[in-house]
Amino acid sequence: MMKIHILAFGIAKDILGNSQAVLEVSEGTTIAGLKDILTATYPDFSRLRSLRIALNEEYQDDSRVLVAEDEVVIIPPVSGG
Amino acid sequence: MIDIKVKSEALRPEECIALTASEQAGGTALFIGTVRNQTAGKAVVRLEFESYEPMAVSEMRKIAEAVQEKWAAEKVCIHHRVGSLSIGDIAVIISVATPHRKAAFEACQYAIDTLKETVPIWKKEIFTDGEVWVAAHP
Repeated sequence: MMKIHILAFGIAKDILGNSQAVLEVSEGTTIAGLKDILTATYPDFSRLRSLRIALNEEYQDDSRVLVAEDEVVIIPPVSGG
Repeated sequence: MIDIKVKSEALRPEECIALTASEQAGGTALFIGTVRNQTAGKAVVRLEFESYEPMAVSEMRKIAEAVQEKWAAEKVCIHHRVGSLSIGDIAVIISVATPHRKAAFEACQYAIDTLKETVPIWKKEIFTDGEVWVAAHP
């Protein structure tokens, strides 16, 4: 298992109940796997119009494998402008 | 020249116009996004914007770079405000200077449309009887 740090903004912060969290996931967990864990733990994530994940200030594909100490940012549907 | 800002103070159109002023430009298109007083007939009290600032800045920079490349824009300015905004306040300003006017309009349209899709900024509408994160749900 490894620990990953999560930051949440907008409605993701409300769903998580916090602007940050630490999650333990298996080695080799992908972004897609993380989304599954998030929606299973917090079903309200599955009601959103979209759910994207950013690492290192860039959007990432679902196939990207997480590594220990990654800072994961949950990006719910954006609404700037 | 690209000028990107995410800030909690009032945005100033004249600053953006000055930043994109250019002797090579035949036209400058300016888009100003403001806080509307209602959504679907429901009175809005205020809006609260928050951003994931470092990524918001980098995504806005990508938009500005695309605008420079695709429309030969010499200067692009994108300023976005965060924090608590009242009705009529300016939430975003985009200013693009290009050699010819058609490109300025197109580039400005592209910039605001793309900003709304990719830039990690979120707004919450505050009503008298509740609040809602805009566009969060289908």
